Amino acid sequence: MFTLESGSGFWNPLIWILIIFIAFLLFYGIRGFGKSLYKKGTEQTKAFLSGNKEAAPEEMHVKASNLYWGFTVSMSSLYSRLRKMHTGNVSDYLLWFIIVLAILFLVIGVI
Amino acid sequence: MTYLEALIQHSVALIIAVPLLSAFLMPLVSRVHPILRNIFALLMLTVTGCFIGLLTTDVLANGPRIYIFGAKELTLPLVRILFEVDGINVFMAIITIILAIIAVIYSWSFLDKQDGLDKYYTLLLLVVTSALGMEMTGDVFNFFVFLEISCIASCALIAFWIAEGEALEAAFKYIVISSVGALFVLFAVGIFYAQYNALNIATIAQAIQFSFLDKIALILLVVVLGMKAGLAPMHMWLPDAYGRAPPSVTLVIMSATLASFYGVLRILFTLYGNILPTSIRFDLPLNVVLGWILIVLAVVSILIGVIMALIQSDLMRLIGYAAVAEVGYMFLAIGTTIAALGAPYATVALHGGILHVLNDALDIGLLFLVAGAIYYVTKKRSLDDIGGLARTMKFTTVFFIIGLLAVAGMPPLNGFTSKFLIYESVYQLNPILSIIALLCSILMLAIFIKVLYATFFGPELPELKDVKEAPKSMLLAMGIVAGLAIFIGLFPNLFLDSLVKPAADALLNHTQYITTIVGGI
Repeated sequence: MFTLESGSGFWNPLIWILIIFIAFLLFYGIRGFGKSLYKKGTEQTKAFLSGNKEAAPEEMHVKASNLYWGFTVSMSSLYSRLRKMHTGNVSDYLLWFIIVLAILFLVIGVI
Repeated sequence: MTYLEALIQHSVALIIAVPLLSAFLMPLVSRVHPILRNIFALLMLTVTGCFIGLLTTDVLANGPRIYIFGAKELTLPLVRILFEVDGINVFMAIITIILAIIAVIYSWSFLDKQDGLDKYYTLLLLVVTSALGMEMTGDVFNFFVFLEISCIASCALIAFWIAEGEALEAAFKYIVISSVGALFVLFAVGIFYAQYNALNIATIAQAIQFSFLDKIALILLVVVLGMKAGLAPMHMWLPDAYGRAPPSVTLVIMSATLASFYGVLRILFTLYGNILPTSIRFDLPLNVVLGWILIVLAVVSILIGVIMALIQSDLMRLIGYAAVAEVGYMFLAIGTTIAALGAPYATVALHGGILHVLNDALDIGLLFLVAGAIYYVTKKRSLDDIGGLARTMKFTTVFFIIGLLAVAGMPPLNGFTSKFLIYESVYQLNPILSIIALLCSILMLAIFIKVLYATFFGPELPELKDVKEAPKSMLLAMGIVAGLAIFIGLFPNLFLDSLVKPAADALLNHTQYITTIVGGI
């Protein structure tokens, strides 16, 4: 009921849950060795930004379009091609449909 | 004959009749009271769900069912339509009705302040009827008719937020694409009728010769239904439509999209099942050529889906691109099954592909529902304008985490079970394909982690300080889907043995389907 066989391997979610549970117990145990010096509302909770004043929380929020910036910049040539492909023009949508039809005609119907 | 036996016997007709008649009754019921309208929609879909349940138990116990509308005897003038139901039909019908019921529960709160809800529920029930019709019919022309109903009703629903110009634009694009596609389907139906004087799938499958015209019909049907399913590079309508329709609408359109995917399965495995091993040129069997074409298109879908999702700032469009990638996984499994027809891992790939249809519907559906909840409370679409919502939307955050883990194929959720079967089987055909699929799943996880951080984590934004948790009916709808995702992930064999394997057997054992139907009429 729990073991999923693929013919070349198997998957049992119960084993996975058991491993996760053991890992949590382990982390919780390691956490217990830490020192509880945290004092809310004191200087120690403020971020040290090389002496600069800490900005307001909403100004420090990293926006979604800034995340993975490095990845998108390094792949900019690919993205410029993909953006050109996604014109938003319905005639181009139909063009892609015709192209796929034509390729399949050539491969299955003619060749 | 007892009442129960009579209900089981006529359940095929009732599954179509109940939502269809409810759709046309809806404007009248809406005039009485809005609450009655909401209850009526849910009740009728639940009744349809009960009939699907009855039919499923009967089909799984006694094999394929035939239901004849019209002339009982083969006498002229022969006016009749045959519905043919086997394991794959009931599997798809179950997915459709689950999505429809969840969409209606979600709509109660999500659209409570909108006008024109009588028309909304009428169209929603029509889309459900058309999707169920496409999934149950055994007649190619009837399939075309339901496809047309689905196109028109879906187009009107996509344009539901007509005040937004983009919704109207998305609906226009959808109807253009769908109409052109439906025209090509009609052309293929004409080819079959001209050659074999038949419209019944089993009759055509028995007589099919794989002439040049049959090749044309095959190409037309696969490409059109692939486009309707969202296969790249013909996927571009999908993020437009999914991104602009209300999320409850997206759920029912998704069921129509999956019905098109079912159409591809039925055409490849049943209609052309007898001639798939035929050699075309250079001693290459048709199944190998066709299988590899589907695999290439599937890999393109997966790559384009995840790469384009990464740069989207509109949450609903982002999920739309993720849906394209998920469609790619389904086609990868089906392509592998066809390319390696007869090999033991081909059957495993088919199991994975079919189970992924259910998982995709639930996972992508859940993410759309969460996106809708965020839009409902913030009225913002862009990820750049929101943040820190976990403080006030705790349940929605949990549902989103479940959705993101499931769609990325993380264990122990449902997405992993089907992707596990797909990776393992595809690896045996070509390891590179499996590695690409696996890496794209990791990229998918990275994309949704970005969404999780940008939307729910980070500091509380001043303009979103008054935001509250989503209403209860929306939470209930999301909770049901999340619960199903966890349940399937923990008990995959329950679904695999009871629903997926009979569905796969129905597709692979096309000879039984043909003899049952042709012998039965």
